[in-house]
Amino acid sequence: MMGSENEAESQLFASREEMENLVLDEPSDNPNGNGGSKSFSDYRSVMSSLADTHHPLSPLLTPADSDPLLAPQPYRDLRNPSLSHDNNSYIEPPAYADVIFSPFDENTGSEINGIDSPGRSSDSSLSLSRSPSSSSDYIKITVSNPQKEQETSNSLVPGASTYVTYLITTRTNIPEFNGSEFGVRRRFKDVVTLSDRLAEAYRGFFIPPRPDKSVVESQVMQKQEFVEQRRVALEKYLRRLAAHPILWNSDELKVFLQVQGKLPLATSTDVASRMLDGAVNLPKQLFGEGSTVAPQDVVQPAKGGRDLLRLFKELKQSVSNDWGGSRPPVVEEDKEFLEKKEKMNEFELQLSNASQQAESLVKAQQDMGETMGELGLAFIKLTKFETEEAMFESQRVRAGDMKNVATAAVKASRFYRELNAQTVKHLDTLHEYLGLMLSVHGAFADRSSALLTVQTLLSELSSLHTRAEKLEAASSKIFGGDKSRIRRIEELKETIRATEDAKSVAVREYERIKENNRTELERMEAEKHADFSNMLKGFVLNQVGYAEKIANVWAKVAEETSGYATDSA
Amino acid sequence: MDQQQRSSSGYSHSPRSPSSQPYLSVSVTDPVKLGNGVQSYISYRVITKTNLPDYQGPEKIVIRRYSDFVWLHDRLFEKYKGVFIPPLPEKSAVEKFRFSAEFIEMRRQALDVFVNRIASHQELQQSEDLKTFLQAEEETMERLRSHESSYFKKKPADLLQIFKDVQSRVSDVVLGKEKPVEESNPDYEKLKHYIFELENHLAEAQKHAYRLVKRHRELGQSLSDFGKAAKLLGACESNGLGKALTELGAKSEALSIRLQKEAHQLLMNFEEPLKDYVRAVQSIKETIAERANAFRQQCELAETMKLKEINLDKLMLTRSDRVGEAEIEYRELKADSEEAARRFESIVRLMSEEIVRFQDQKTIDMGRAFHEFAKGQARLANSIADAWRSLLPKLEACSV
Repeated sequence: MMGSENEAESQLFASREEMENLVLDEPSDNPNGNGGSKSFSDYRSVMSSLADTHHPLSPLLTPADSDPLLAPQPYRDLRNPSLSHDNNSYIEPPAYADVIFSPFDENTGSEINGIDSPGRSSDSSLSLSRSPSSSSDYIKITVSNPQKEQETSNSLVPGASTYVTYLITTRTNIPEFNGSEFGVRRRFKDVVTLSDRLAEAYRGFFIPPRPDKSVVESQVMQKQEFVEQRRVALEKYLRRLAAHPILWNSDELKVFLQVQGKLPLATSTDVASRMLDGAVNLPKQLFGEGSTVAPQDVVQPAKGGRDLLRLFKELKQSVSNDWGGSRPPVVEEDKEFLEKKEKMNEFELQLSNASQQAESLVKAQQDMGETMGELGLAFIKLTKFETEEAMFESQRVRAGDMKNVATAAVKASRFYRELNAQTVKHLDTLHEYLGLMLSVHGAFADRSSALLTVQTLLSELSSLHTRAEKLEAASSKIFGGDKSRIRRIEELKETIRATEDAKSVAVREYERIKENNRTELERMEAEKHADFSNMLKGFVLNQVGYAEKIANVWAKVAEETSGYATDSA
Repeated sequence: MDQQQRSSSGYSHSPRSPSSQPYLSVSVTDPVKLGNGVQSYISYRVITKTNLPDYQGPEKIVIRRYSDFVWLHDRLFEKYKGVFIPPLPEKSAVEKFRFSAEFIEMRRQALDVFVNRIASHQELQQSEDLKTFLQAEEETMERLRSHESSYFKKKPADLLQIFKDVQSRVSDVVLGKEKPVEESNPDYEKLKHYIFELENHLAEAQKHAYRLVKRHRELGQSLSDFGKAAKLLGACESNGLGKALTELGAKSEALSIRLQKEAHQLLMNFEEPLKDYVRAVQSIKETIAERANAFRQQCELAETMKLKEINLDKLMLTRSDRVGEAEIEYRELKADSEEAARRFESIVRLMSEEIVRFQDQKTIDMGRAFHEFAKGQARLANSIADAWRSLLPKLEACSV
């Protein structure tokens, strides 16, 4: 399918050349003046970016945005009174076509007033609403300038491997950062580290998912394309982080953005050493030493390697939760939460469906514009032909009629494509929220695993108590074994105390995560309402505006050819 | 239908005109599917309203099928060389099996146009075969139709002529006269070039027009799917947002229906006239071939006659007893040659009239098609704008 698209592409480019060379003698009502060449070159960039990715809704690259006609987010400006043109424009009927699509200095305007709230910038297709603590604060992050660097020889294998670093520039006026503009070089591995540290530190929050490692793609794609794709993804990710009302202030992010040189965040220890640790610990744990979970470990889910025993216990617990006859000691009893979770699943399902259908809609609009353009071209060629070879007046008349139709078709085709470029941006919200669902799942998973830890510890406590009781009860029966038995009771009591501590910590952690979940859900609801309203409004306004323009174009031709109308019409 | 066409002909087509005015009005209606499976076919009612003396007036209804129209077309093509015979819709062996409602309607419309063009053409309307077609009983038509299969269409004389044609072509090649004899008429050359080029351009335009119809359908389908998805999403949401999504979904579905309707209109009123135009050009190409044949025949007969003349003179000089025979042959040949020349000239004359008529007619036909196209697109775009616009106050109501 891609192949045929590309074929059609190259044919289309050839005909684009032709189209640009044609003189459309009517004064274009396009405020850009000669609507011919400019929009076509933009069209080309839009088309190439649409063609290059298999996902029509993936972000449009910057060239398309530089054209004011393609960039405007009218709804955004209506929310900011200082920048809006005509607040009432969408109430009055035929006005949209002229008002909304007149060029305005989109890019400069939003930066001058500093209303560019964290994460929202004109360059990205990220159109989500985010409200920072104070509306004049901003963080603007740019990822640029990928460069190849050599791995300093840590590896055992001779021959240095190379990796790519990216320049991460931050501009901000927030006092918590040192300075107003600074840059660091980071590689993708650093981003993975950042993401892991955040996941540990901010359990229960809706943390934006980091870009994929894309191991396969990095091998298969052209180096340049892959690096560019990754650059875009990184920028999006960092901007999302900066837009999160809690995460923007995290130490992890601050360190990532500011500290020069090597990233001073603990990398996750490699699997091998963890396994080694685990192998060392396991016998100790099995034979009673350090069989408790250290309280500080409780705040993290059991990881492989080191916490083998804990993993086994929690696994056993979860199995008994699912299959065991008895109810676990503590359950997720927050009904409201369970309802919300259910709703979230339903929402995700429908969102996924809607996102897919939005893709199809975009494709259909694209095709319509293309075919309309091709039709126009074919008629233009016919017109030229008839005019050159005309032997009769009727031919010249026909050629004239045909030219009007052809010109209209070409104009309409351009409008369809502009419409579509906007539609992609608006409906991108659907896709963005699908990505957000991943964060939500992560946060809910944090909650589940914290709960599991609590349950496990409670079960353990209960079995420890039982053992202690048994030991106590057995005291009077054995002669001479008392000393060791008393010692064992003491040890057991020690263990119980430690486990109690761990349990308290675990419970606190669980409650904390629950609270994070709750606040995040609230935040998401509010933002979702705003974002989706904007999406709908933008989408509809866009449709209306362009439909009006297209209608005008054809009405003119209908008027010009009205002499041919039959009575039966 | 074609008002212009009707007024240019000898007859008027309004049954309401005073009975002294001659009129001939035909319509092809009521397609009915008959037969089973592979042998199924469509039959049409052909209604003729006329006050002409040769016709069984004032109204006659007959049942005809596609192959009857083909018969009429072929007969006219044989008889009226030089005239651009109105084209028939394609045979379409495949779609025949499916016989969708749209296909049937398109064919009916095309057949109606076909018969009407014949009835309003100055030369063709006089045709006996037309009268037969419009009036004969079904059994008669069946008999005529089955006699005229393509191979045996030609009479024995024609068969002989074909044989001679092949023979002379072969001898031409053998003798090194590769190029068949052609007119050296610069204007006519220009016309031929024009016709061949025109067909290419038109075919391309028609191809895109057909695709445009498909695009309308596809857009309609995707709007319908999107609408459904929006409604489902709206059901997940509470308060204003949910309602807004549901409304959006409903509007989207409504527009989908609008688009399907427009796709149909586009097919019937824009794509079909373009296709008709292509067919008309192809018909002209057939006439061009006929003219070439006639020219060649004329040349060959003229040449043969000259040879015979020389031979005759020779015989006369030698006072051979074969003179009488040769004289008779010569005279026959001369008659044939003159006949061929007349035929050729008739074709030339007719063609030059026809080409003017063709250009005029096409300007009108295309003008109408363009008008319908533009009207349809404007209508569609306005519906779309209206539908979405009506949603805006509701969206306002539910926003933050």
